[in-house]
Amino acid sequence: MVYIVGVGLTPVGNHWSKSLRHLAVEASVKALEDYGKDVDYVVVSNMLSGVINGQENLGSYVVSHLGKIGTPAIKIEAAGASGAAASVVAQGLISSGVAERVLVVGVEKMTDYTSLEDTTSALSTAIDSEYEGFPGGTLDAMHALVMREYMKKYGVNREDFSYFPLLMHKNAVDTPHAQLRFKLKPESYMRSPMIAEPITLLDLAPVSDGAAAIVLSKEPDGPNGNAEILSVGHATDTIAIYRRESLTEMPAIRAAFSEALERANIERDSIDLYNIHDYSSVIGYITTEELGLAERGKAPELFKNGGADRDGPTPVNPEGGLKARGNPVGATGVYQIAEAFLQVTGRAEGAQVEGAKTALTLSAGGLASNVIIHLIRGV
Amino acid sequence: MWAYWQSVPAHWREIPARYRLEGGECQDCGYRMIPREDICPKCGSRNVKPIDLPRKGKVVNYTVIWNAPRGYEYYTPYVIAIIELEDGTRLTAQLTDVEPSDVKEGMEVEMVLRKTRVSGESGLIAYSYKFRPLIK
Ligand SMILES: [Zn+2]
Repeated sequence: MVYIVGVGLTPVGNHWSKSLRHLAVEASVKALEDYGKDVDYVVVSNMLSGVINGQENLGSYVVSHLGKIGTPAIKIEAAGASGAAASVVAQGLISSGVAERVLVVGVEKMTDYTSLEDTTSALSTAIDSEYEGFPGGTLDAMHALVMREYMKKYGVNREDFSYFPLLMHKNAVDTPHAQLRFKLKPESYMRSPMIAEPITLLDLAPVSDGAAAIVLSKEPDGPNGNAEILSVGHATDTIAIYRRESLTEMPAIRAAFSEALERANIERDSIDLYNIHDYSSVIGYITTEELGLAERGKAPELFKNGGADRDGPTPVNPEGGLKARGNPVGATGVYQIAEAFLQVTGRAEGAQVEGAKTALTLSAGGLASNVIIHLIRGV
Repeated sequence: MWAYWQSVPAHWREIPARYRLEGGECQDCGYRMIPREDICPKCGSRNVKPIDLPRKGKVVNYTVIWNAPRGYEYYTPYVIAIIELEDGTRLTAQLTDVEPSDVKEGMEVEMVLRKTRVSGESGLIAYSYKFRPLIK
């Protein structure tokens, strides 16, 4: 058994005055103060520090600035799923007896690239750089291919994709650490600039800085709330999407979900909220379909009709998701688990789902090519 | 910076695929792929032989890129497509010699060799396959 026992978040946004180290230390100190005890291992999650910040060896880097020199520390990377992967590794350290209490800190500093071309290049290292990136493809372009296929297959139009960002923005208004805390107007969505047809700027997660930290322990010994990690489900798919059988199905999500349910030995009805990885509106929709919240092609209706609202039957991303909480990509998975922890311990403030006990988080690297699901229950 | 910078050997070793569509064919299950893999992604066989893939095919899906990565700004807007070659092998490629608004699913295309990527002012100019509408 592994428990989440402490949490610390920095606001997601443009932190011009803060470096990678400032962000990592700020979130770590908050989490350690929340827990009130020391840790014996540090696992850092990050995706782009080598590309953007010219800094690797983040284990040593973080403990050096955190005043924990000597503590064992490593960095874990799995693109957008880096944070969830760091949690998986930390759980392994605890269950194998290597560590008793582990600080998992995710950090990303993306705004030091000040042009969209460079940020796009950096994020596109999550796809096959030699055979998708080299011809001029981008991560956004791969999502665009999926969106075009989805529109064709199910006969839906651009407007049907607006319901996703509209809900994410509405939810983020109530989330203290979210990046985009303002409501989106439907007409703004329809006027959004084209990035890779049919994907527009408002279909995509923003560029973000941020750090999130959680403490994992083998005992439920946190003073401010504890949650058990019931299970993890983890599966992969081809990194290059031209090798896939279908672009509207994401089999890695299905595989990870059934594994997580089986290992936790719970029914899907007992999940009170879903914290999913919505790099784009269309992947948000396909993810909810793979998780069984909507029939195939029917996710737009779920979001249009309030089914995914915070007070609806199956709340999705009550904090605003990647779209509006923001996507400091290597830290995002830790934000997701931290948010789920706050939810199931009744500390989610304005974003609280009433009475939430069990939460699912789903983090994805690349285009759902590395999918990690956590099931978390308050104790 | 190295997210878009490319060295000479990094491009040179991909030349068989990028200049003449050399892929692989699994000798056990028949699956064809580009680039050639040492291990067949379908059946796990290690018996994958090089094969020159057909240079004609059709567009099965595409997107028009308005926000290009560094090193591709010159081509914007350009089309990235999934192409299905005549033998069924799929790959991702840039389209050329065509207006984005004229691209359609099912459009017949053929391979041409074109300048693809420039790595900075003093860097490598890499050529590779692109696809243009089939000239009949
Ligand atoms: Zn084979």
